[in-house]
Order: sequence, then structure tokens, then C-alpha cells
Amino acid sequence: MSTETSSPLQKKVIESESAVVRFAGDSGDGMQLTGMQFTDTAALLGNDLSTFPDYPAEIRAPIGTIAGVSGFQVHFGSKEIFTPGDNYDVLVAMNAAALKVDLPRLKKGGVIIANIAGFDKKNLNLAKYPEGASPLDDSSLDEYTVHKVDVTKHTKDCLAASGLGMKEIERSKNMFVLGLLFWMFDKSPDSTIAFIKEKFGKKPEIADANIKTLQAGWDYGDNTEIFNTRYVVNAAKLPSGTYRSITGNHATAIGLIAAAEKSGLPLFLGSYPITPATDILHELAKYKTNAVKTFQAEDEIAGICSAIGAAYVGNLAVTTTSGPGMALKTEAAGLSTMLEIPLVIVNVQRGGPSTGLPTKTEQADLLMAMYGRHGEAPVAVIAASSPSDCFSMAFEACRIAVEHMTPVILLTDGYIANGSEPWLFPKAADLKDIKVNFLDKPNGAEGTLLPYKRDEKLARPWIVPGTKGLEHRIGGLEKQHETGNVSHDPMNHEKMVAIRAEKIQKIADTLPLAKAESGKDKGKLLVLGWGSTYGAIKTAARECISEGYDVSHVHLRHLNPFPKNLEEVLKSYDKVLIPEMNCGQLLQLIRGKFLIPAIGLSKVQGLPFTTTELKEKIVELLK
Amino acid sequence: MDTTVTENKLTAKDYSSSQEVKWCPGCGDYSILKQVQTVFPDLGVPKEKFVFISGIGCSSRFTYYMDTFGMHSIHGRAAAIASGVKAANPDLSVWVISGDGDAFSIGGNHFIHAMRKNFNLNYLVFNNQIYSLTKGQYSPTSERGKVTKTSPLGSVEEPFNPSELALGANASFVARSLDRDPKHMQAVLKRAHAFKGTSFVEVYQNCPVFNDEAFFAFSEKDTKKEQAIYLEHGKPLIFGNNDEKGIMLDGLMPRIVDIKANNIPHDHLWIHDEQDKTKANLISRFFNNEFDGVVFPRPFGVIYAKERPVYEEGMTHQIEQAQKLKGKQSLDSILSGDKTWEIK
Repeated sequence: MSTETSSPLQKKVIESESAVVRFAGDSGDGMQLTGMQFTDTAALLGNDLSTFPDYPAEIRAPIGTIAGVSGFQVHFGSKEIFTPGDNYDVLVAMNAAALKVDLPRLKKGGVIIANIAGFDKKNLNLAKYPEGASPLDDSSLDEYTVHKVDVTKHTKDCLAASGLGMKEIERSKNMFVLGLLFWMFDKSPDSTIAFIKEKFGKKPEIADANIKTLQAGWDYGDNTEIFNTRYVVNAAKLPSGTYRSITGNHATAIGLIAAAEKSGLPLFLGSYPITPATDILHELAKYKTNAVKTFQAEDEIAGICSAIGAAYVGNLAVTTTSGPGMALKTEAAGLSTMLEIPLVIVNVQRGGPSTGLPTKTEQADLLMAMYGRHGEAPVAVIAASSPSDCFSMAFEACRIAVEHMTPVILLTDGYIANGSEPWLFPKAADLKDIKVNFLDKPNGAEGTLLPYKRDEKLARPWIVPGTKGLEHRIGGLEKQHETGNVSHDPMNHEKMVAIRAEKIQKIADTLPLAKAESGKDKGKLLVLGWGSTYGAIKTAARECISEGYDVSHVHLRHLNPFPKNLEEVLKSYDKVLIPEMNCGQLLQLIRGKFLIPAIGLSKVQGLPFTTTELKEKIVELLK
Repeated sequence: MDTTVTENKLTAKDYSSSQEVKWCPGCGDYSILKQVQTVFPDLGVPKEKFVFISGIGCSSRFTYYMDTFGMHSIHGRAAAIASGVKAANPDLSVWVISGDGDAFSIGGNHFIHAMRKNFNLNYLVFNNQIYSLTKGQYSPTSERGKVTKTSPLGSVEEPFNPSELALGANASFVARSLDRDPKHMQAVLKRAHAFKGTSFVEVYQNCPVFNDEAFFAFSEKDTKKEQAIYLEHGKPLIFGNNDEKGIMLDGLMPRIVDIKANNIPHDHLWIHDEQDKTKANLISRFFNNEFDGVVFPRPFGVIYAKERPVYEEGMTHQIEQAQKLKGKQSLDSILSGDKTWEIK
């Protein structure tokens, strides 16, 4: 796996296929920024990678406490990477609490870089270590390589002459760590230097301090005897092309912009801030240059209602939210089902119920997406599987909404929304056009208008206010077939319920068939996944296959309707395993619809699956 | 707004839809529908550019009876939907139709934010001080002590005073009219349409089934001259059976004075100034016995009207500025972002 050589400076160089680094510190220590900068550099230098930002729900929990630990994990490699890694090779612990929280998942023999200023009596107490004991001074860390570095002191020394106040100096200490890590992994700090210059363009003294500290961290690694090992993770052999790094929320935002461009419709987002969905609103608010209208509504209900209004008058309308916000939107989602207008509802799932675990991930809103409306109110439901897949699925959500005249719920979750990966992004010309069917003249006999007359997809025409001669009224009351007039006729209601359901099922005619992306088309065990569990399942399946197990992986992006051949696919395997970050929601759907004894694997900890957990279950089922 | 006038002038009938009107006989809503249909041909807006957005309740069925575009939506949310309509297409003439329960109870949050945000639309609230479609429960505008099915011993709640609520939420146009005064309502509707900003019009509306005669004191011949006062910009506040009463301001304290007995010249009276927010606040409080226990006449007409920036123009302006400064970004540049790398 890895090879060792010696550099001219008598420092050992270990070449490795991949490495996992976790930056952990107090929520004010800048660990997210440090991690992102390290990630960007690794990506620019050609590594494949996956990240996992993991931060507390409080903006600033009390300094030094376990509740305040903020972590950023990056897994980078010269091979394809699908997860942020189960365990880490290097743990940066800015204080005692960070070590306490994150040590359990450091690999045996792994490296700890401990900021000793964060291990004084006060910090040890806050981290709840026994009185008088420090993990840095006893034998508890014997099976790791521990580097004790006084990051705070070095940063102060380095900036003593800078003229900056102590607070500003201390704020630079994450740059020292970053510089040291760049040295350890033999990565150039150039891109971060460029970033600092841009970020602090108006405050050159702060930019200088950060760059100086970054350089000091590098030099520290280079000059200090204790660091006698460097690690090299070479560029990955990825498909050729131009890449960028992207997070899920960012990808969702530009997926929506791309769909607006490809449909020729103006983009409107009505939204209310909620973690972890807010970044989509932040991102789209930047695109006024492209006439994107973002409306920060007074609440979640107004968020979706404003989007319904915008959809009604012919915009590509979207509302974004997360679990609790989704709950508030349900009545309006029912209205949009009755109106049969195109509407995209993005739910970036988080841990629930209620406020639950706002900054942690879960995929427990599937049944809510499927059924969370009163009455029989089917909508299309799709799910993204990785950060960059959020782009494709946001685009797909818009396509289905506009071409089938229906609300579409796009499920992503906190894990892929905040996580990032390199993305071989498409060219605008490669994206397919989205067909819009505005009605501009009467469509019934003798010049009459039939607002609910349907095409072969059972979609009704989109009739935009302002279109001369097509004045008509719609609303939430049941409609007469084709005329759209209010109707309380019992048989008409039953017919309309059936038509609305069939319309959703007809979307399947336009969907790709389900197919194993790892393993064979028939066999002993199928792992059926949906959403953000993709990376972990794919990695586990690939590793199991390479170890000789008969396992395949099918991943669902379309959940309502399912791909047309799903039943056939499921019945091609002896057993079906469905891992989910919930108590078995897809499991219920699959068992209910296809009457097969699928087996569930649940994890509801606010954390993604590890590859190891999945492999254990796969192996157990194949015994 | 596009003000092209259609070639053949339309009539009230052209705004009447084919749907059968299903309000109770004697409902005040008929009058409101009639007045809206009457003034519409004169507003200079092409018919297809009118959009009605209503919530839920008797009032909100209004949308079905207008031969324009319209959406009968969900409880309390009409304003929120209208904000999306207006933001997405500022060229439409948007009319929100709501009732006292719809606007001030379930839709209270949307109502106050609609006032604050100030889209250029017209927000009509039909106030009958009762929940009618759900068959007679007290509403947020019902008087304290109101006996209904949900308050058999009388409501223990204080009612909202809609004008005061709207002004408190920074409304830019606040008016009150009533179903039994067609001419007045037509004039107020025209003013609301002409005003740029959210025009809030409260219409006192009689519910003959669940709250009959609630506002008759303000509309019937024998009482209205004493109990109601009609506001006109630049005119003194005068009321009474023989126009003998006037209202004067003693500092910030309104006083009712007998003009004739005391020979008070009109220019000594309170002259109504629509643009004076402080005075509008005082007038809006001629609602209950607010001032030293003296009963003041209920004001009708435009209480306050002062234009300020409207939401959709601010939104459009920012987009135009961004496009002027930076130009439209190509989709390819958005897809690639700032930082890319090649893998060969």
C-alpha cells in the first residue's frame, strides 16, 4: 500500500494511496476554514476526495467544552474516494476537548498533533479529564504518534512584531496548523496564500499576518527534528477533464440556475433560513446578475406560498428548507398538488424529530416526502446521492416539475449538503433543454378554455396570468375534470384522485432503468440504497466484491415513481439489504409495494454510515 | 404597469364570471363584488392583467366570481402567495381578497409582513366580525363579550382594530369603507388601485346569518351621521345629524366640539391630512372608547396614504444594477466557478 523513501533532509517519506485528516478544535478556532483550505489544495493538486464538516448546533458554545468541538474531516487519495473515511490517519487537536471527542476514531498508530496551549489545567477540566491527569503526559496515547506543538506560542512569537492585538494574533493560529499540515503532506500553500490575499484584500496587515503564520507552520515542520516523516498522496487517476470542488448546497443552487437557463424561465426562490438548507438561499442570492429572484419570506409557509405564486405566473419556482420547515409547508404543498403547477421543494434533511439534531445528518423525511400531505396528494420525490449529484438532481427536479406540471420534492441531507468533492462539471451545451408548455390560446371546442385538459403525460397546460383571453380561476377546491371548475361530484373526485396519481406514475416513462452500479445483475445479495448513503455503500460493495463476495449495489435516485424495472431487479437477488439513516423508511416502501422480505440496516445517530459497518452487515448476510 | 386601454371599453358585466354566486341572500359580499366589477373598466388595466388571490372563507370565494385570473388558495396565505406573484411579475394588477379571520387570525403573520414589505398590490379585507364559513364562531375582530358557539358566555378577548394594526405594521395605505355605501366603496377602491404600494382596505361587511346588523350603526340613516365620520384629505373633521360636531386637536388629545354653539370656524378644526402618520394613528384609534371614555365616530375613507419604496421595484432595481455592473454570467462560467483544475 505505501512505500517509504528517505529525503535529502533525512526525513522519511511515506507514499500512500489515501489519507484521512481530521481538524478538531473549539468552534472559534477556525477549523472549518482550515479544513476547507486543506481540501481545496488537495483537490487542486489532483486528489480525489470527500469531506465531512461536523460542527455544533451552537454558534459559540462555551470555549474549551466538549459541546463546542468543531470538526472537519477530509479523505483524499490517489484512488477514487466516495466517503470522508471511517477513521483518520491524522488528528489535529487544538484543545483537550477536541482530543477527547475525536480520539476514538483515530487509527491505531495514527498521528496526533496536539496544541499544548489547549491542554492546560483549565482546558483539561473543561474536557472532563480527571483532576491532575493529562492525556499528553500519561501513557494513554502510547499507541499513537503524538506531536506536542505549542501552536499558540509559535503564532504569538511569529506575530510579535506585527503590531496586531492579542486577539487578532490568536485568531491566526489555525494558519500555523494549516502550514504544518501542508508540510506534512507535501502540499504547496500557494492556493491558500492567494485565498488569504483575496479575503483580506482590504486589511493587508491581517493578510500578512495570516500568510506569515502559514509559512511559519510550514517551516516548523521542515526545521523541527520531531517531524521526521512526510506523507505523499499522489494525484488520482480520475477521468480526464476540468474539475472543481463543490458542496451539495452549492451544487443544488447552480443546478437550479442551470435548469432556469435550459428552460428559459426566470428563477424564483422563496425561502426561510434553516440549517442546513440556508446556504442554497445564500448562494442564489449572489446571482442577481442572472436575474435570479430570491425572496426571504416571513416564515416557511410564506416561503412555499411565495414560490407557488411565482410558479403560477410562469417562473421556475423553488422553495428550500429542512425537516421542521418541511412540516410547515405541507398544507401549501397540497395546494400545489391541486393546482398542478411546477414547483420544486428542496428538503435538506437533518436529524429529527422536531428541532432534533439541527447540524447533524439523517434521511428520515422520506415517508414525509412520500405521504406528508392530507388527502391523496402524490408528488414526485427524488434524492441526491453525493455533493455533486445535488446538481444533477436539482436540474432533474426542475425538469420533472416543468414537463409534468407537478410539485417535486428533492431530498438531500446535511451530510452531502455541507460535504464537498471534486466535480467533473458539465458544459452548458451538454445539458438538455427543459420543455415548457405555456398555453397561449383556447384549447377546448369552440374557443373554450380547458385549464385541466391533459396531454399524453397527463400534464395540464401552464396558463400564465397576463395571457389575453385565457382568464380563469384555479384553487384548492376539487376540480371538474378538464374544465377545472369547482366540483363536489363524488365520482369526479375519485377520478381526479386517480388521474393525479397516474400522472406521477407516468413520470417513470422518462426515467432511466435501475441498474447495478457495482456487482452483477443477478446474485446473492443486493444492497439497495438511496440518498447520501451512496458513497459508503459503494465503497463497501466494491471492497466486498474485491474480497470475493457476491454482492451488488443499486442506488435509487427516483423514489416516486420508482424506476419501471425495479421489481424485476429486486427479484433477481436472493436477498435485498436496505441501509438507511432512519428506522427503515425505504424498507417499508419496498416491502409494501413489492412484497419482498427486504432486510433493513438502520443507523440513526446523526452520523453517516461507515464503510466498516456496511461491510460487516454484507458479510453477515452472505455467510 | 402597462396601462394600455383596450379598444372597446369593457363594462362591469365583462368582469362577471360564468360561475354561480353562492353567497347567502343579503350577504354584504354581493355589494363588494358589484363595486369591484363597476370600477374595473375604468382602471385602465387590460383585463388579463388582473389577478385575484384569495384565502379561505366566504370572502375568498370572491375570486371565482370575477372573470379575471385568480387563485382561491389556503387559509390565511393569500398575501404570501400574492407576494410571489408580484415579485415574479410586477406587471400584473394583484388583488388580495381576505376576511377578518383569514387576514388577522390564521394569516396574521402574513398580513403584518405584507404591510411592512409594501408590494404594489391591493389588499381587501371583508370584515364581518365573525367566522361565517365555519358557522358562527367569534373572530379576531369580534367585540369583547361576543356570545358565539365557541364563546357561550361571551368572548374574553380584545378585538384587533385592523387600521391600527396595519399602521403599526408600517402600512403605506389604510382605508375603511362599508358594503352599504356603494359610492364610497367605489371611490376607495379607485384610490387603492391608484396608490403605489400595498393598499389595505377594510370593508365592513354584513353577515345576515351569523352577525346581522353588526355595522348598521355606521350605515343606517338614523344613526350613521352621529356614529360615522367621513374623511377627506384637506377637509375638516365634521359629523353629526346637522353637521354640528367637529373634532379638534388639543395637543395629541382629540376633542369633540359643537361647532355651531361655539361658533368655531372650520379652519380651527382638525384638518384631515392623509400623509400625517401621527394623526392617522390617532384617527385609527377612533374605534373603542379610547380617549377619556368619549365615544368618537368611526372613521371611513382613506385614513393614511403615503408612498414609500415598493418591494418589487427594489428587487428589480438590484437586479438591474448587478447586471449593469457585472453583466450576466454565462452558464459555463457559473458551472466552472472560480477555481478549476485539469486532469489529463
